[in-house]
Amino acid sequence: MQTISLGIIDWLVIASYFAFVLGIGYYLKRFTTSESDFFLAGRKNSSWVAALAFLSANLGALELLGMTGNTFKYGISVAHFYWIGAIPAMLFLGIYMMPFYYSSRINSIPGYLKLRFDEKTRVLNGFAFAIMTLLVSGINLYAMALVMRTFLGWDWDVSMWVSALTVAVYVTMSGLMSAIFTEIIQFFLIWFGLFLVSIMGIIEIGSVQDVLNRLPESLNTLWSTTGDPSQNGMLVSWAGIVLGLGFVLSFGYWTTDFLVVQRAFSAKDLRSARMTPIIASFFKMALPFIVILAGLVAIALSQDPKSGFALLTDGGQPNYDSALPLLIQRYYPTGLIGLGVTALLAGFMAGQAGNISAFNTVWTYDIYRSVINKKASDAHLLWMGRVATVAGVLISIGTAYWAKSFPSIMDYMQAIFSWVNAPLFATMLLGMFVRWITPNGAFWGLVAGMGSSFYLFLAVKYEWMDARILTMSNVASDMAANFWRAWWAWVICFVLTIVISLFTKKRNEAELVGLVKGLTAETAGEHVPFLKRPEFFAIASVIVLVILNIYFW
Amino acid sequence: MTHTPKMRSIWYFVGLVLLTMGGLVFLAAVIDYIGGTYGNTVLAETRPGLWWGGIMLIAGVIFFVKNRNSVHD
Repeated sequence: MQTISLGIIDWLVIASYFAFVLGIGYYLKRFTTSESDFFLAGRKNSSWVAALAFLSANLGALELLGMTGNTFKYGISVAHFYWIGAIPAMLFLGIYMMPFYYSSRINSIPGYLKLRFDEKTRVLNGFAFAIMTLLVSGINLYAMALVMRTFLGWDWDVSMWVSALTVAVYVTMSGLMSAIFTEIIQFFLIWFGLFLVSIMGIIEIGSVQDVLNRLPESLNTLWSTTGDPSQNGMLVSWAGIVLGLGFVLSFGYWTTDFLVVQRAFSAKDLRSARMTPIIASFFKMALPFIVILAGLVAIALSQDPKSGFALLTDGGQPNYDSALPLLIQRYYPTGLIGLGVTALLAGFMAGQAGNISAFNTVWTYDIYRSVINKKASDAHLLWMGRVATVAGVLISIGTAYWAKSFPSIMDYMQAIFSWVNAPLFATMLLGMFVRWITPNGAFWGLVAGMGSSFYLFLAVKYEWMDARILTMSNVASDMAANFWRAWWAWVICFVLTIVISLFTKKRNEAELVGLVKGLTAETAGEHVPFLKRPEFFAIASVIVLVILNIYFW
Repeated sequence: MTHTPKMRSIWYFVGLVLLTMGGLVFLAAVIDYIGGTYGNTVLAETRPGLWWGGIMLIAGVIFFVKNRNSVHD
């Protein structure tokens, strides 16, 4: 493929983005005077600001390219990641879990584990999260450099170092607040920079219905072909979608991953914190109109020889991630090309900033202050947060070079979430809703859940075990194996936590007030009219979710 | 007496970004239009830079003007 060439105006658009994020980081530095400002953005954001940041922290460019590519491979069923695989969990977080998180005034998810269980569970999760975050951050960086080199011909080292150091500079200056500001800017840039791809695709083909009509049934329906896994693109049954993706993976990610939940902690009060994931759910449901629709347009065009559209190939295999950049190249003239590239860059950099700001918080509070320096002052913690930011970026760059020399670690990325988040969701669920769950039950249940998920991954990868045993069906894709592995890791953690808790020492109930349902006064929204309550907006979100699923059934 | 600075609203910065980038996209399209040239992209004759850049520019102006005096809450 000929690389995309940029004109002067395209370069000006890209340069203006770098100028804005650095300028905003510098501007916000004067307002970042305490550790609370740095790690929690002063807890003064409105629900709208926190909601858009909550959504954008998850919306990296790797996800945009990957999900458009996955749509090319699996069809419209990839929309499950945005609908059943996200919305119920986001609403559950807002309605049921946020009161415990927010009211306990914790700084991080491991911080909740310390209050509810004990120090060892907190440190275990702190380390697992820190390693996961840096690994994901480095792989993102590697992916960004790969995209920029493939499509723009940019130098590998320059793209990686310039974007990583830019993130290091603005996050070091003003912490979570600058990460949140740039995430919101990224949200707008992604809509303005990439939604046009879908619009142009629809103009070229005719209508959304025309796009769907060009696809086989296995690729253009959400649920109607999930009764038999061999009949749908993902080779997964409805049970795998509901239990693995809709329940464990989704709830594990959206309710316990500190990267996203940290944004809700930055809200100014409990109602705003509860509204954060609920408002975000509406925007999450709209995202398929960028990524999925673009992927469907790409399939439709590739089936028409006259269109001249074809994916790139690597070693004879289609490069699915090339779908979105190729569509940008197809439709975007000078000026818009710069905007499209900026949207991708913004996605990469905001994703990087999100990972780094979550890492510096967990490192500083849950590892450094918890294990290394228990008497650290607030000023020292603020300094440590800045040091952790720079160190985190440098480690990410190291991971990116590692990924470059060992590309198959990209394969591990999807699996990493099922190692850490899926069992953690069982621990959190039991911890928040069952008062007799013990610290030892939680710790050993979590160890067993994480260990079993890791073992199942290796067992399938190195063929010690047939993936069909895991998925309980005659066919199994990597995606199906991911869903079911997450489910089994959750079940193992859930059952072991309960069993061990039956035989180990419980904590005094007085220590659990505010942390566990049944021991916590439920006063949230008592005097607020129903139409202004989070519950009302959550119901509206469910209605939209149902309509979308029925329409694309 | 110390003066506590007020932080500008995020929506002000969103307005500035959209205004700048939308303005540049629109400008590129206007240059093409005046020169009577099309890019070599598919559907170039619909001049997407002109209308999409215009929409972005208008959104930027609205955000910028509405929030030029607002502070971050």
